[in-house]
Amino acid sequence: MNPVGPFHFYTERRLVQLTGAKASDLGELLAGLKDVSGSSIFYHTHHRFLSHHFQKPFVYNDFAVWASAAVQTEELAEKLGILDLRRFTSIRQLRETLVAIVEEHLREADGQLRPCLPGHEFHFCKSKSFIMPTGIMAQDPADMASKLPTITNVSLYFHFVEARLRMERATNDFSQWFKAWGADALAQEINSIDPYALTLDELKGTIANLISRHGVV
Amino acid sequence: MAASLLQQYEEIVGPEVTQELRVVADHVGKRRMQNINSTPVGGGVAELLARMVPLLRELGVDTTWDVIKGDQTFFSVTKNFHNALHGKTIELTEHMLQSYRETTEMNLREMNFTGDVIWIHDPQPAGLIAAKKEIGRRWVWRCHIDVSSPDARVWNFLQPFVDQYDAAIFSMPAFAQQLSIPQFMVTPSIDPLSDKNRELDENQVDRVAEKFHLDRKRPILTQISRFDRLKDPVGVIAAYRLVKARRDCQLVLAGGGASDDPEGFEVLQEVRAAANDPDIHILLLPDGSDLDINGLVRASTAVFQKSLREGFGLTVTEALWKRKPVIGGDVGGIRLQVLDGVTGYLVHSPEGAALRTLQLLADPELRRRMGDNGYQHVKQNFLLTRDVKDHLLVMAALEHPDEDVVHAD
Repeated sequence: MNPVGPFHFYTERRLVQLTGAKASDLGELLAGLKDVSGSSIFYHTHHRFLSHHFQKPFVYNDFAVWASAAVQTEELAEKLGILDLRRFTSIRQLRETLVAIVEEHLREADGQLRPCLPGHEFHFCKSKSFIMPTGIMAQDPADMASKLPTITNVSLYFHFVEARLRMERATNDFSQWFKAWGADALAQEINSIDPYALTLDELKGTIANLISRHGVV
Repeated sequence: MAASLLQQYEEIVGPEVTQELRVVADHVGKRRMQNINSTPVGGGVAELLARMVPLLRELGVDTTWDVIKGDQTFFSVTKNFHNALHGKTIELTEHMLQSYRETTEMNLREMNFTGDVIWIHDPQPAGLIAAKKEIGRRWVWRCHIDVSSPDARVWNFLQPFVDQYDAAIFSMPAFAQQLSIPQFMVTPSIDPLSDKNRELDENQVDRVAEKFHLDRKRPILTQISRFDRLKDPVGVIAAYRLVKARRDCQLVLAGGGASDDPEGFEVLQEVRAAANDPDIHILLLPDGSDLDINGLVRASTAVFQKSLREGFGLTVTEALWKRKPVIGGDVGGIRLQVLDGVTGYLVHSPEGAALRTLQLLADPELRRRMGDNGYQHVKQNFLLTRDVKDHLLVMAALEHPDEDVVHAD
């Protein structure tokens, strides 16, 4: 009998919820960053990973995109854009860091605020997520290798990104499961992948290659 | 045997999408959905409902659609509300508010509320929320129009109604309001199987062009819109004249009338007066002209949607789906669809529209690339299947108002 249970693939369906909060300059953005729910912070730093892109974006973080496009503060946009989201194990930490970066920028700018053009305000949103089973499961590591190519990018994203940061699990679900199977090295290598530097298709391929390289199939 | 609706959609969007719809519909289960709007034909909402209701039924969701009644005065009032919510200054009188209240009262008496979740579309039937006190149920207000900077008096009149709903739906983040209820974003959609959007062969497109005396050997520029000042048809004619001075082309301004739009005829007269050129074709199309509209867009070289204000702009979606680059006003939902330089161009004046048109007319490869991008963009984001999924998720969300993450095992 398997000592470890099967890996159940879940997927996430989401609605975008509008908060009604908006910012037309960096002071208002800062106020929003301090005030909005953690779900909103997560949404604006992550939702672009799930979108289809005609070109791989230079930056995925909405705050950085807005700082550049709407209020032309390129230096701040770059500082926000380079944030390594893997460093954070809670949204609270992520929020504190975003706040600190914007505060530092405002101190250096001596409180000068450039308003955006009307119609280009930052609108704080958040997602309401429904986590649902897909009915797909992997019984063992070999089965995982065969099932992985069939799962959707949203499911992959849920287990790799959302589970760790939004659900505040210690690591991604795949690493946790392989560790339970005693495949510590594989678990560690999967955990060291930077999902934010890859498209979801690339992430899927990278995990599959690691499983194959570790000889579990 | 004819393929089921779901099978037909599956051929376009793939099995992943239809399977997802089945899963979400199962989750919603037996809750009945009742839609109420103000017109059975004409306008985007009626088109959406006509396509969405059968698909929801096929997914096993008991769905109905009812239409409120109103006289000419009421629809004139609500057309004024519509314009005011778009930011236009109107004269708001007690007489107008009284007409709205009286028509609401009449519909409250006559409407049979059958749904577990009642979806009210746009401001015309918004007052029906008064029935909630007596009958309960879940109520959703879906606002299809641009309320980013509404006339305060009209919004203040409507907001007390809206605040009584369980949730409000807007098409864009910029349309969100300060409300006491949850607000969700559901972008509108088009139906790829409808006569307005389905594939046509070249012969069919030729026949439509011939019917309207268009020469397919020369460039055709088109705007499909109701004759409404907010769509800036006169601005489109100005853009056309700037293009025409440098490059031969034809212009089509085609639109129908909606039964709740008494202002349309007046605008049509203004447009006719401004045209005065044999290569400008002003077409007032009757209801049931969907195949003609489809053919006109497919016969076009590029499509305008030069709106000054716009809720979402389904005509943009329809043109992108037909692989046409779109030159759109930089407003409302057009910004979600016309990705500047990728699926078309965003412009701010007739001059800007003319400049981009000249660029597109000179470069067939650019038009082809943008057309392909537009098709993909719509397929990913703005087809009916996604809209239906969002509706189902809203129904599910109403059961979990305080949770950001719902474990729906």
